[in-house]
Amino acid sequence: MAIALKTVDVTKTYGKDETAVVAVHQANIEVQQGEFVALVGPSGSGKTTLLAMLAALLSPTSGSLLIGGEELSRMTEKERARFRREKIGFTFQANNLAPYLTALENVELMLRLNGKLDKAGKARAKELLVRLGLGDRLNSLPNQLSGGQQQRVAIARALVHRPEVVLADEPTASLDTERAFQVVETFANLIHEQNRAGIMVTHDLRMTKYVDKVIQIVDGKITRVMSDPRQIEILSRTSNFEMAETDMAAEKLGGLFNARVEPVEVENLYVLRGN
Amino acid sequence: MALHLAIKEIWRNRGRFLLFSLVIALITTLVLFIAALAGGLADANRQFIQELEADVLVYQENVDLQASSSRLDQTTLRNIRRVNGVAEAGPLGFSTATIVFADGREAVDVSLIGVEPGMPGDPVLLSGSGLRNKRDRQVIIDSKLAQEQNLKLGDEIVIKSIQGTDEEFYTLKVTGITDERRYFFQPSLIVPLGTWDRIRPQGTAPTTTTDIVFNVIAVRLENPADVEQMLTRIPAAVDGVEAANKQQAILAIPGYTAQQSTLNTQQGFTLLIGVLVVGGFFQIQMLQKVPQIGMLKAIGSNNRSVALAALFQIVIVTVIGVTIGSLGTLLLSLGLPGNVPILFSGASVISAIALLLLIGPIGGLVSVRLALKIDPLTAIGVRS
Repeated sequence: MAIALKTVDVTKTYGKDETAVVAVHQANIEVQQGEFVALVGPSGSGKTTLLAMLAALLSPTSGSLLIGGEELSRMTEKERARFRREKIGFTFQANNLAPYLTALENVELMLRLNGKLDKAGKARAKELLVRLGLGDRLNSLPNQLSGGQQQRVAIARALVHRPEVVLADEPTASLDTERAFQVVETFANLIHEQNRAGIMVTHDLRMTKYVDKVIQIVDGKITRVMSDPRQIEILSRTSNFEMAETDMAAEKLGGLFNARVEPVEVENLYVLRGN
Repeated sequence: MALHLAIKEIWRNRGRFLLFSLVIALITTLVLFIAALAGGLADANRQFIQELEADVLVYQENVDLQASSSRLDQTTLRNIRRVNGVAEAGPLGFSTATIVFADGREAVDVSLIGVEPGMPGDPVLLSGSGLRNKRDRQVIIDSKLAQEQNLKLGDEIVIKSIQGTDEEFYTLKVTGITDERRYFFQPSLIVPLGTWDRIRPQGTAPTTTTDIVFNVIAVRLENPADVEQMLTRIPAAVDGVEAANKQQAILAIPGYTAQQSTLNTQQGFTLLIGVLVVGGFFQIQMLQKVPQIGMLKAIGSNNRSVALAALFQIVIVTVIGVTIGSLGTLLLSLGLPGNVPILFSGASVISAIALLLLIGPIGGLVSVRLALKIDPLTAIGVRS
């Protein structure tokens, strides 16, 4: 697998001297092509700032950001706009779509921005929407679509121009649990199918169910990187990092004794039963 | 790209944009009507002087170029004819009278203007043989009066005039019809100076004097390009007179300048209101669109196309509004009664429309500036 995105000691500081606030401190992350990553953390943790830098919306104060071999940190504003429309696919929490464009036109907009709205592009836009279950809503305006449908249109738009990285900012924020899982699952499938690098910012740890890697950021620092599928499975079930980690530890311990591990009602307490 | 987005947005919100175009249409109608009214009023005031076959008008000194105050005599006229560069000079006497009709039609107030046959002031005719003799009971009428009152060459009209305290009636024969030339909003009757002196309203009954006093002298120059030079040469050569070109004479017509400046101010204010209304509308609309424009920028639209899209919209809405307004004004003016003094002159309509087309972009500049300033970070909920 090739590396799609890599940051080296990326730091973002707002303000100067005494009033300076470090929003992101020396973050190092790496995402492969075809890898779907969840960026999690409490609000105010700096995950939005990190996302903004990955999306070429914000320049880092120091450090380097490489996406598809291009260094983002030294780009001018104009270059960043060009980079965003060519290399980034983006879905937002809200206001994802132009309200005066139909679902299909919204997806095609991404190709139009790049001056690549040809026959093949139009076909791909349509195909993606069909793939996302919106085949009968191609000509609907955003206000005729549900929140989940709008989010799926945004996913199609984020993928249609074959970007290097697809970024999703809280894609499930306005959805009920069932729809949220559906949207994230489809998203994950498409990321894998199309072999893109996907990063989803979320505060809902249950949504990590479909990701390959979880990056936790707290107070501007990357505190955990979890890529063990079993660990992630536990995390998505419990929404609790400690539990995921201790569960893992307990299982390992049980393995040593060839015993079965059963969690007790009390947190972080386990019973090992011999087989 | 920008044009595509602008048109899509207008089309999908056509109700709102059409409504706003109609506001611009109403402003257009108002501006065009004021312009036409100013044109019509100006025309009704100045037509006679405008059309006068003369280059320079000579008034008595120190009367502020007021024809009604100015008094000139035959001696002055002779002296002016001798000034180097003057081709011809003719007397003009201004007065008012009333045409009465035997068949019970409503009487018509007219400007009674005395001229010397063959001299400046004696108008070019559309038809008829014109004035012959200084004292003939003949009259030239303007084409509008002829049309309105159904007067033809050879018809006789009766003029009522007050002499002393008595009403006197005079019969005049129509011997010529000239183009429309109203003076002080009234149609003109042009008669030989002797006849004019005889029938004009006077405080006392007319006496037979050979030296008729009139108001203004119309001068035709040997070389019309010398107007400026002659404006100083004539007063220098002849005592007690002041000379003016046509434009100065028109501006001196009582009330003319005040009236025109009032109407021009109204027009200016209407345009200003237009700028503010357009500016306000697009600014509010742009404020509502901040999140979606943030989104467009975040997915890579450059600033230029976002601003262009905003500008295109403003231009499209303005053009539609001005077009509807202009056509509406045209239709309205066709249905307006003839006594409303409106005149659509090509130049004033074109300049008004050009100004109206500018109010959109000028008013919309604020919102375009706002569009440029929207930070793409707003798309992810970050305020910069």
